[in-house]
Amino acid sequence: MFLDAWTGALGANPVQRTLHQTGLLTLVLLILSLACTPLRLVFRWTWPARVRKALGLLAFGYAALHFLIYLFDQGFVPSAIVTDVLERPFITVGFTALLLLLPLALTSRADSVRRLGFARWQRLHRLVYVSVGLAALHYWWGVKKDHTAPFLAVLAIAALFAVRRIWKRRPPVRTRATQPGD
Amino acid sequence: MTILPPDRDPEGRPAPATNAPPSTPTRRDFLRPAALFTGTVAALRGGLTLLTRPPGAVDTAPGEDLVWRPGHPPGPYDTTEAVTPYREATTYNNFYEFGFGKADPARLGGSLRTRPWTVRIDGEVRRPQTVDLGTLQGWFPLEDRVYRMRCVEGWSMVMPWLGFPLAALLKRVEPTGQARYVQFTALHDPAQFPGQRSSVLDWPYVEGLRLDEAMHPLTLMAVGLQGRVLLPQNGAPLRLVVPWKYGFKSIKSVVRITLTREQPRTTWSEAAPGEYGFYANVNPAVDHPRWSQATERRIGELGRRPTLPFNGYAEEVAHLYAGMDLRQFF
Repeated sequence: MFLDAWTGALGANPVQRTLHQTGLLTLVLLILSLACTPLRLVFRWTWPARVRKALGLLAFGYAALHFLIYLFDQGFVPSAIVTDVLERPFITVGFTALLLLLPLALTSRADSVRRLGFARWQRLHRLVYVSVGLAALHYWWGVKKDHTAPFLAVLAIAALFAVRRIWKRRPPVRTRATQPGD
Repeated sequence: MTILPPDRDPEGRPAPATNAPPSTPTRRDFLRPAALFTGTVAALRGGLTLLTRPPGAVDTAPGEDLVWRPGHPPGPYDTTEAVTPYREATTYNNFYEFGFGKADPARLGGSLRTRPWTVRIDGEVRRPQTVDLGTLQGWFPLEDRVYRMRCVEGWSMVMPWLGFPLAALLKRVEPTGQARYVQFTALHDPAQFPGQRSSVLDWPYVEGLRLDEAMHPLTLMAVGLQGRVLLPQNGAPLRLVVPWKYGFKSIKSVVRITLTREQPRTTWSEAAPGEYGFYANVNPAVDHPRWSQATERRIGELGRRPTLPFNGYAEEVAHLYAGMDLRQFF
């Protein structure tokens, strides 16, 4: 993005463009962080799970940047922003998605799991499911007419949830059946 | 041979790390995720950059024909505000016939053949006819009009158009007493307009005005921009310009003008009736459902400026809507 800004590739409306880019990156990163578990379930890959936290934090970082650019776009006028967040569902939904990510980012420290207890920590981090849903809705509403890209995002999210569902229902059959034999 | 520190195994750290309890992290436990992380991020950034970058350098070569000469007398409605640079005005466009991205029209505009071009004028007129663009252009002296242009998306430009008042054309074809509205139709040809291969909008693009709006001296049929023949992305070869309305009313690449008794259906008001009305007057007091219309960003500026009622042309046009509730007729 900075390179684009330097070379003038951000175009005639750089604020809008960076706003869209950070938003898109947030959603992509959230989806990737959610892909880690399904990838492990399906392909038995473990490396995605190790970058999951980084992906999640990066997603939060971009979400925060997206929000900052939005604030800049609105000229940092508090009353206008409050009205915007409260009265326009499109903004409300995006703002809620960001708020839900906040406790997740705060409890991503190494000792947070121990302090909260795994069950509670896990329950808290399931908020990401709600957040990604809201983020996708926010993206859908943000697009004026051509919904191909938001549709792909929704499709990806749905596919990832489906994989979790299916693999959880008939769980370690393969893992346990094959392991002792080999 | 590389010289290794004495405490290092020349084979690199082997399997024991995986057997070690997770509570005692080894160097590898940090390095591998870090490398994976860096790799993932780099790949992601690269991929997304490629995905979202505008398509290369856009050809903004000036049009061949100069239809305006320096020293041209200023128009009666010219704004003295700084004109939007030609590069921005020709590379940041909404023209869904070419695609949904702002850079698509400039990139794909080459597929539009603007000559020969004919315009059909029919409906409630005494002299319906099909006229070649060159002939049409020759009927009226070209005037330049430096107008503000406000997009419904919250950005604006200052555009030095070249054209003739629509009123002059309408008078020439003599509207009948039944004519109350003017309907405009853009070219429909998916071979020339790649965006029309998608059914995102109901093609062809159709717009409309009330007859008194169409006859207003501000309403222009433009054939040029900044002294040059219109480029495809700006609506070549003939477009409507209604400066007190949101940009989408100013239909591009017009092939037909029909005078009607009934209010015509218009593309955007059918696609999203709750968001885009038939009138579409620039109005800071009536928000778009998803964003406020109170402010706008002038292209080239970082901050926002307040939006003016009727885009600053209230003095000229407000009387057209006397007694109308512009929240209802938005």
